[in-house]
Amino acid sequence: MNYLWGAMILIGVIYGTAAGNLQEITEAAVSSSKEAVNLCISLAGVTALWMGMMRIAETSGLVQKLTEKIRPVLHFFFPKVENGSKAQHYLAVNMVSNVLGLNWAATPSGLKAMEELDKLEERRRKIGAGGQPPGTASNEMCTFLIINISSLQLIPVNMIAYRSQYGSVNPAAIVGPGIAATAVSTLVGILFCKIMDRSGR
Amino acid sequence: MRVLLYLSNLVIPFLFFYIIGHGLLRRGNIYQDFLDGARDGLDVTVKLVPTLIGLLVGVGILRASGFLDLLSLGIGKLTSLWGVPSEVIPVALVRLFSSSAATGLLLDIFKEMGTDSLAGLTGALCLSATESVLYCMSVYYGSVNVRKTRYTLTGALLATLGGIAASIFLARHMMP
Repeated sequence: MNYLWGAMILIGVIYGTAAGNLQEITEAAVSSSKEAVNLCISLAGVTALWMGMMRIAETSGLVQKLTEKIRPVLHFFFPKVENGSKAQHYLAVNMVSNVLGLNWAATPSGLKAMEELDKLEERRRKIGAGGQPPGTASNEMCTFLIINISSLQLIPVNMIAYRSQYGSVNPAAIVGPGIAATAVSTLVGILFCKIMDRSGR
Repeated sequence: MRVLLYLSNLVIPFLFFYIIGHGLLRRGNIYQDFLDGARDGLDVTVKLVPTLIGLLVGVGILRASGFLDLLSLGIGKLTSLWGVPSEVIPVALVRLFSSSAATGLLLDIFKEMGTDSLAGLTGALCLSATESVLYCMSVYYGSVNVRKTRYTLTGALLATLGGIAASIFLARHMMP
């Protein structure tokens, strides 16, 4: 991030000097910072609304109910993770949080899930059941990461807020197509994982 | 496509109905819960302000220098063959490293070309359908000291590519 951000500004200034756009750069720097604050104001409303709703879902036990309901899905994704195990619980919490866009809840449970998957692999090594050597990702870890990266979020809340700030006619119009695109990326990821599981490499 | 757009209008009201209904049936203190959550939401946004300022200024400088135009002009020659809006390619590439920087680039597209332009829609769908590959891998694998990640990167890139392809296709069909 340091290099990416630094490079953006350095390249901008160097190229701008060469192209004679220095005045524009100064103006852009000032107006962009102002714009960022304006954007956050409109983002604040949507984020607060969403997190308020999700807090109700959490305290009323809806989130927990969902984590139990998606067990069959988890069993399909991770057939070797036992039903009712800690690892499965954390995987489920992570997935439900991701689907609902609860990023702050997704990362801690994801880290716990990785820890449990690591323990699982260590047990496999001990009993000689073909675990990966230490420092190497297990099949479950690969699947977990790929599913996470393929994105599960049902409603891209921030994107709706950004679209509304920049004057979209129907900011939420991307929800349906967004679900379809997310489904495609996740399906591709799952398919790939299943093939790799079979091939045993 | 009409079904998907209908779904867009349906999902949020239905979800709210379900959450509130479930909360009331459980006789929860739903209004207080809502206020607590909303306050946390405000905190989250306040923490986001510096990030957004940093990124929008970075992108703004790149845009004003004329470099972004040069970049998309260069990429445009390659991608116009497949009918992909060239402005989206930098967004998709930067997304692999950093979601927030990609968001900065997308917001620039929104501003320059409009949210409902082909580039704006494609970019918005791309960001909704993918996650930052390198960020996820470094956070999760770093936490358990895994260095050999085997087929994770391949799978993640394939999934991302699938998501991008789907976004390009869907965005084109969303255009009136």
